[in-house]
Amino acid sequence: MIDLLRRIGLWGRGVVVAIPYLWLLLFFLVPFLIVFGISLSEAMLAQPPYAPLIDWLLDEDAGTTKLQILLNLSNYLRLGGDDLYILAYLNSVKIALVTTVCCLLLGYPMAYAIARAEPSKRGPLMMLVILPFWTSFLIRIYAWIGILKANGVVDNLLQWTGLTTEPFELLYSDWAVYIGMTYCYLPFMVLPLYATLEKLDPTLLEAAADLGCRPWKAFLTVTLPLSLPGIIAGSLLVFIPSVGEFVTPELLGGPDTLMIGRVLWNEFFANRDWPVASAVAIALLLFLVVPIMVFQHVQGRQTEAGR
Amino acid sequence: MKQMGKLAWALWFGYAFLYVPIALLIFYSFNESRLVTVWGGFSTKWYAELLQNDQLLGAAWLSLKVAAMSATASVVLGTVAGLALARFGRFRGRTLFGGMITAPLVMPEVITGLSLLLLFVALEQAIGWPDGRGMTTITIAHTTFTMAYVAVIIQSRLVSLDESLEEAAMDLGARPAKVFFVITLPIIAPAIVSGWLLAFTLSLDDVVVASFVSGPGSTTLPMVIFSSVKFGISPQINALATLMMVVVATGIFIASLVMARQERQRKRDEQMAVQGG
Repeated sequence: MIDLLRRIGLWGRGVVVAIPYLWLLLFFLVPFLIVFGISLSEAMLAQPPYAPLIDWLLDEDAGTTKLQILLNLSNYLRLGGDDLYILAYLNSVKIALVTTVCCLLLGYPMAYAIARAEPSKRGPLMMLVILPFWTSFLIRIYAWIGILKANGVVDNLLQWTGLTTEPFELLYSDWAVYIGMTYCYLPFMVLPLYATLEKLDPTLLEAAADLGCRPWKAFLTVTLPLSLPGIIAGSLLVFIPSVGEFVTPELLGGPDTLMIGRVLWNEFFANRDWPVASAVAIALLLFLVVPIMVFQHVQGRQTEAGR
Repeated sequence: MKQMGKLAWALWFGYAFLYVPIALLIFYSFNESRLVTVWGGFSTKWYAELLQNDQLLGAAWLSLKVAAMSATASVVLGTVAGLALARFGRFRGRTLFGGMITAPLVMPEVITGLSLLLLFVALEQAIGWPDGRGMTTITIAHTTFTMAYVAVIIQSRLVSLDESLEEAAMDLGARPAKVFFVITLPIIAPAIVSGWLLAFTLSLDDVVVASFVSGPGSTTLPMVIFSSVKFGISPQINALATLMMVVVATGIFIASLVMARQERQRKRDEQMAVQGG
């Protein structure tokens, strides 16, 4: 009897899991296979603009049909052979790395200060960090245009103080992209850092101080290593989406701010070359597979530790 | 103590960095002058112009509909997914399932957008559905990437939760479905509310994925903002941004008030139960 009930229970569970499972398989996993398939096809003027991979050919003489599969590696060869793509990949990684470091340098002291504040103040202080994340990403980027452009807030301030006399424009440069991306991704860094720093046992630091350890050394030998999971999680949460970022370089960067998200967008929308856009996406995905897997590992361990 | 002083400075610098741009944006939305950063006196004329911009209002209405539908769908799917990950132990395909849940959190938007568009095109060729692209495809796309956030919120809430309440109900003979609706669901209600709000804002905010999967005649609000921002800044966008921020801030404020009240009520009930017993 109990066995029967359990079997029904397990069956019910299976049905429950199946709904999100099938959804993700259809709308998350299968699309990647299609992207991979189309990255191997040839662009052509048609609707949709690529040649079918698999085709049934009618053989007139024998009266039979033949299955034809055309695999075309030229899209990938083009990625490897053209400096534009390689430079875009390298530049994306560079910009993502700088963004991650800036977020870490700015976010770590913030997370540390909040974690060291009185317990009753931690909630509201943390809320202040998360709140901008709830407002539109696009609008937060837009806010920086008015600040960084020539005759913008920074420029006016510099001219007013007499530091510069010429119009000074930060907008449409890599600097603007660094500022905008650091601005948008900062909450993603502070959140996991705060989560690990808050759990840190303060008696460990007291013990270090009692044993004559200077505050800085205690920080470097106790706090920093113990907060490493938070640092890794936060860095990956910033780095991975940054590599493929499109909106920020498009709005704040100059025409020569080459990033792979922008290249993909242009191949797709401007050149209407779906196969090359797919190949760019697959190459980006292959590059990100390792960081994504590390992120999932860290994320899984953190949820387990919440028990 | 001295170190704490430096830390406090770092914290305030961080807050200034986060809030000064937003404050400036709101300030200049009341600027009379067309030149956004030159102060020309107080005026609300950009708000009035905004309310007459039919293209923008239409896009905003579409975005709100898409956001409400996809947030609701992603709360249902995400809650089930979070429940499965936190409570069902090991089941076949759990690793793949967990991977598919967390990967969308960090997946670059251009990849998500492109891959979903190619899926929709392939599906249309194969089975004739979805017929063209528009509200349906945008809603499906948004549900797919926002359900990951909901699932993670629900999962972490359930993991930190004591399982004994659910076990007690089971021991008393409640069926799993009843346990879920009577015990688990009320406890995770705050997490569901914040999951819905997060999914709603993420959907309302998305420009990249929507650009890929939308069709002619279905332009969302972020797409309109994006294209007008590319032509330069305009006071109308400042006014729109201010309105959006006011709406979001009010929503979050009300939600947190309600949740704080419920939490207090729950604690009182617990205390009463302990004292009564």
